[in-house]
Amino acid sequence: MLLIFFMVSTVLRETDLKVRTQLPEAEALTKIDQKRLISKLFIGPLKSGENEGDTAIQIDDALIENRNAIRQIMYRKLQEQPKLIVSMKVDRESEMNTVNEVQQELRDAGTLRINYSSSREAGAN
Amino acid sequence: MADLLDKRREDREDVEIPTASMADIAFLLLIFFLVTTTINVDTGIGMTLPPKLENQDPPPVKDRNMFKVLVNSQGDVLIEGERASMNQIRDRVKEHVLNFGEDPDLAVSPSDAVISIKTDAQTPYRIYIDTLDEVWMAYREIWNSIARSGTLPGPNGEQILQKTFPDYQAYRSTLGPEDDNVIRDNFGANISIAEPDLGE
Repeated sequence: MLLIFFMVSTVLRETDLKVRTQLPEAEALTKIDQKRLISKLFIGPLKSGENEGDTAIQIDDALIENRNAIRQIMYRKLQEQPKLIVSMKVDRESEMNTVNEVQQELRDAGTLRINYSSSREAGAN
Repeated sequence: MADLLDKRREDREDVEIPTASMADIAFLLLIFFLVTTTINVDTGIGMTLPPKLENQDPPPVKDRNMFKVLVNSQGDVLIEGERASMNQIRDRVKEHVLNFGEDPDLAVSPSDAVISIKTDAQTPYRIYIDTLDEVWMAYREIWNSIARSGTLPGPNGEQILQKTFPDYQAYRSTLGPEDDNVIRDNFGANISIAEPDLGE
């Protein structure tokens, strides 16, 4: 009975996404096996709120208001985990200048290992 | 007739939920969820950003070694200044990288070859990933052939693998986290991401 109760009531906790990220598709994919090295960074249009649809950046659970803050956040993360990989979950339709701005921030922070998160192409393999 | 109905009603009051099979059901469900649950693995295209340069020019690259791909916001592609299409990138990259000094306009050697991708500020991320994917797939196909033959491509193909593999992925999966990737160490990909033009 307990087993069934927990099976029904347990929800795996995932980060609460405030931006929409529909990932692009790609073929040359690699897997990241070491989950603890990953830090997720989301770029995409806001799902709700008064500025709905505006491109926003989210790291873990919080929206980033000021783009210059990415540097400090990532720098601190890098101190904790020197082999940090930033998994960039970027919406398909985001513009490259936002992506580039974020990348420049990451370079400033010194988090150079990134991963453009993308899903497997439908029909491939 | 009335008797019969009454009798049935009495029988019904005795009925209980059979609990003997509960354990079996729980066990079956447990097995079912064990089998069907997948922990989703993060997949994507790995890149390493160049370190921040302090008032320093990036290292010079000879023009013949540079393979320039330009993509605008409509997904139109320019390869070395000429109009081309997305699906031509893969073959052109392979031709460029595997030139071994033959054509004076293409790379001197695979390790000198640099693939440069430049986008417009308004280019959608999806198109950028498509382009990057094509370039990576060109390298992936070269790596596949290395894994299959065990030797480096080119006129003096050196033996680098003791064993052969059906493809690069099969070779990758044999490596532990601390092992050196011999294929990539000997035949690395140099991909440069240029800052997008601010198309005002």
